[in-house]
Amino acid sequence: MISVQNVHKSFGDLEVLKGVSLDVKKGEVVSVIGGSGSGKSTLLYCINAIESINKGKILVDDVDVHAKETNKDKLRQKLGMVFQQWNSFPHMTVLENAALAPQIVKKMSKDEAIEIAKKELEHVGLGDKFDVYPTKMSGGQQQRLAIARALAMKPDYMLLDEVTSALDPELVGEVLDTLRLLAEEGMTMICVTHEMGFARDVSDRVAYFHQGVIAEIGEARQVITDPQNPLTQKFLSKVR
Amino acid sequence: MDYEFHWNVVFQNIPQLLNGAFVTLHVSVLAMLLGVVIAILLAIAKMNNSKPFCYVATVWVEIARNTPALFQIYMAYFGLGAFGIHLSPYLAVLCALVFINAGYLTETFRGGFQSIPSTQYSASKSLGMTSIQTYRYIILPQMLRRIYHPMTNQFVWSILMSSLGILVGMSELSGTTQRLQSLSFRTLEFFIVAAVMYFVITKLVLFGSSLLARRLFKGEI
Repeated sequence: MISVQNVHKSFGDLEVLKGVSLDVKKGEVVSVIGGSGSGKSTLLYCINAIESINKGKILVDDVDVHAKETNKDKLRQKLGMVFQQWNSFPHMTVLENAALAPQIVKKMSKDEAIEIAKKELEHVGLGDKFDVYPTKMSGGQQQRLAIARALAMKPDYMLLDEVTSALDPELVGEVLDTLRLLAEEGMTMICVTHEMGFARDVSDRVAYFHQGVIAEIGEARQVITDPQNPLTQKFLSKVR
Repeated sequence: MDYEFHWNVVFQNIPQLLNGAFVTLHVSVLAMLLGVVIAILLAIAKMNNSKPFCYVATVWVEIARNTPALFQIYMAYFGLGAFGIHLSPYLAVLCALVFINAGYLTETFRGGFQSIPSTQYSASKSLGMTSIQTYRYIILPQMLRRIYHPMTNQFVWSILMSSLGILVGMSELSGTTQRLQSLSFRTLEFFIVAAVMYFVITKLVLFGSSLLARRLFKGEI
């Protein structure tokens, strides 16, 4: 379980998260929606300790993420993350991209790592791209590579940061299909997203972020189709 | 235009010219290796913002990049000589070239380092890699690609610039050529042959470097 408890986070004078609390149970898919600058992505960065927090607590399987004694490198193995700008490693082939972390972080043998990487690449539909360099692929393919690369670490949770926002419209579908597949397989996910249809259909719950706090959270279909908070109503009427 | 070419005396002295060419290569390779090591330290000093180191690095880079190579060599040979530090011509030229190489390469390294987007660090971190693993597998390999060709250029530059050794009596290719032509008065012939040798050396270096690049760097960047 991921438990975010009253988290505050500031960048200089700017307070981005102003007391956010959120519990995500194993197997649950939670989508986070909201305007840009509302703190959605920052929350993900705080959950896997890429960013520090100023106040509050984040627990992942009862381990305090930001405690001094926590081995953050080790903790991050549990938390797969996919970024808006996919961030593939351009100097490695697709297969090397996916096999690297299992090999050097989990200390698997090369053969084992490659086997897992191949499996995850096939999983996301890149079975024919092993020896291609990522820069030769489309954004959608690179994003699926990023998903496979994260999955190859066998994470317990996936944190997805606007993974379709930087894609051409015709490539969005293939990435969302991949995420749908993961959700069906029971992967626990927190998805920061602008895809309202995806949030409604795939996630269990939806949280609406407004100026650093969760303004509304509830069952996915209800929040998207029948929001209670006037702020959520206003936001949704704009993005539709 | 009644200059008559006499090549025989040049051909008889080819072994000496080759010796000179060897010294040229020798001093340039050494200047490059030492320059790279110092440049790495200077680049780290400049990026760390630790005041005294950063200051030294900045002064070094500014002087090296904004004064003539000729001046550096004179300073190393005659300048230090005035303070009782007498370097051999070879050492003086080596010091000057190391000084300049380090200055230019510092900026090359710093630029290469800063050209790697910070998202590559987040991506590596998110996979559980330690800082050392991130540098070893992700940052440095990409950086090396970006600085490789500027480094090759710097190497070619120092091969050609070592010819200024002629001014302090160093017996590299130019110095040897100078000495031989003053003995034989076949000025044009000797300098033509020396120029051809420089051309061949730098072309071979460039060719070797692109062969190596093809082996080292497979993906595109």
